Amino acid sequence: MKKKVLLMGKSGSGKTSMRSIIFANYIARDTRRLGATIDVEHSNVRFLGNLVLNLWDCGGQEVFMENYIAAQRDHIFRNVEVLIYVFDVESREYERDMHYFQSCIDAILQNSKDARIFCLIHKMDLVQEEQRDLVFQERETDIKRRSAPLGITAFGTSIWDETLYKAWSSIVYSLIPNVRHLEAHLDSFCSICEADEVVLFERTTFLVISHSTHKEHADIHRFEKVSNIIKQFKLSCSKSQAQFQCMEVRADDFAVFIDVLTPNTYVMVVMSDPTIQSAATLINIAAARSHFHRIEQGQIAR
Amino acid sequence: MAAHNNYGAFHGDAEDEVDSHSPRGQQSDPELPQAQELQKPRLLLMGLRRSGKSSIERVVFHKMSPNETLFVESTSKLRKESIVLSMDLEIWDFPGHLDVDDPSFDGEEVFGGSTALVFVIDAQDDYLEALQRLYTTVTRAHKVNPEISFEVLIHKVDGLSDDHKIETQRDIHQRISDELADAQLDNIHLSFYLTSIYDHSIYEAISKVIQKLIKQLATFENLMNILCSNSGVEKAFLFDIMSKVYIATDSSPVDMQSYELCSDMIDVIFDVSSIYGPDTQDATLSPSSNPNPGNGQGHAVIKLNNGMVLYLREVNRFLSLVCLLREDNFEKQGLIDYNFRCFQEAILDVFRLRKHGPGALKDKYSHSYG
Repeated sequence: MKKKVLLMGKSGSGKTSMRSIIFANYIARDTRRLGATIDVEHSNVRFLGNLVLNLWDCGGQEVFMENYIAAQRDHIFRNVEVLIYVFDVESREYERDMHYFQSCIDAILQNSKDARIFCLIHKMDLVQEEQRDLVFQERETDIKRRSAPLGITAFGTSIWDETLYKAWSSIVYSLIPNVRHLEAHLDSFCSICEADEVVLFERTTFLVISHSTHKEHADIHRFEKVSNIIKQFKLSCSKSQAQFQCMEVRADDFAVFIDVLTPNTYVMVVMSDPTIQSAATLINIAAARSHFHRIEQGQIAR
Repeated sequence: MAAHNNYGAFHGDAEDEVDSHSPRGQQSDPELPQAQELQKPRLLLMGLRRSGKSSIERVVFHKMSPNETLFVESTSKLRKESIVLSMDLEIWDFPGHLDVDDPSFDGEEVFGGSTALVFVIDAQDDYLEALQRLYTTVTRAHKVNPEISFEVLIHKVDGLSDDHKIETQRDIHQRISDELADAQLDNIHLSFYLTSIYDHSIYEAISKVIQKLIKQLATFENLMNILCSNSGVEKAFLFDIMSKVYIATDSSPVDMQSYELCSDMIDVIFDVSSIYGPDTQDATLSPSSNPNPGNGQGHAVIKLNNGMVLYLREVNRFLSLVCLLREDNFEKQGLIDYNFRCFQEAILDVFRLRKHGPGALKDKYSHSYG
């Protein structure tokens, strides 16, 4: 199942940087070396086995933008499943950015009106911390007004923290077929393990696919933080020609397990009952493997 | 060779700071006969302005991200901080314009005691001026305290090619040795490190510097050798968790990759624990405080696909042991855990001795011998 994803926005807004971090294991610092994208760079990202993201990274210089909107309009905007539009929060040409955004929205409306649209207000790290919420709300309202009648979802992002993972996890979540089905099974797995929560991650990107929480937790960004932590560690593993396989952290009053679940996913199980032995949880994870593998395979049939 | 330097004015505020911040009750209190002992072992961070002293301190001991150090303001007065809590060390971060020849500079106080002088040189800059300063500082400090260890960090080498790094180190080494030899001070030994805050080199260097200040190092090393050989462990590090500095390792050679892996594991475990550990609220409020109080019970395992296992165990609140071993050997986890308990007990004994003197363990061991 191939899904076309357009990545658009002004030149220098950070499209290729975020793509490299999420899908090509770059670290934030290394994205400085990336050059400008010329025209459209296509890449296919296999995600959850049978779902393939066909990513169109569209260079944002004005010549290209004019070209997409006019000459290549049909080619670019046809059969789009997801449009991701990136805004540079520090951009000095606000009106011009909005003009191009609206042209793209028009083109989407004509060619693939069912596409989901995500707007990332990027480089939020450059805004002072106290003002971030305010700036974000302001931009979000304005973008929503301009994109009517199409609905959009907006995120404030930065490559320097977990907000980027948050946004991309939501984007990917919207693309997974039968995600409810998967969630139901995850929920019963969580009960069987007597776990506080169970989280499913995609294997290569470590984006959060789904989760089931039985005990509330104060930190709403925790999954993205874990993604970020593990991804950093995977990078340091690859430096020593090894790959991360699984881990277990146990202290007095909690235990966290991260292990392979299916060929495309990792699972994280969080326990707080100290009387449950690690081995019991590990056996539960092992027993769940074939089950979740079948659920994933089942999606192919549908 | 003229030892006098005439650059860098000595500002009034710095002078005040040096004088007013003498360690608590060090000279004046007659109640404390061993006052000299009470003075903590310390690291003195010196170097020209903008050489990166404060950035090193922030990155290593305050977990500041290296990118944020661009905004660290220049240090205008001496800052003293407790670091490496497990070992009770102090770091003194001096302003770059400090002049050791100024009469108001109390060399006795600064250079006395158990001290390492860390001199930071910006390798991306013209370092002749820095070498001048290094020379005056070293000669002055040596005069006051011949025991002091001199550590030269050739810093900011992330921008240099490998050849250039080696060449810079050779050149700096050569120049300063010549100068010391001219002054017939060639008995002074300087250690050199190539460092950058953007990778592990700074942690590695600071670890080695700190190890020189630890009197019990040989004991630790010996204990770790015993643990490794009896548990099938390939390499083990004893880390100070908060700073990721390792205070001891077994005597097999340190290979950079395994050190990096172990050090990165600490990050992973620390970060995951700060999310799911007990006082999450407090941890989010002050990330620098220890979110993981620890009582010597916590442990963590990371398995890699090349058959290696990383095994971490808490020793006490501040220290963790990180081991690298083959997965086949990890099958006998019970044995490793038992050996670890013995190791932990021994380490804690060393700390008790350190804190309470030789009488501390009398009760404990008198039974077995008596």
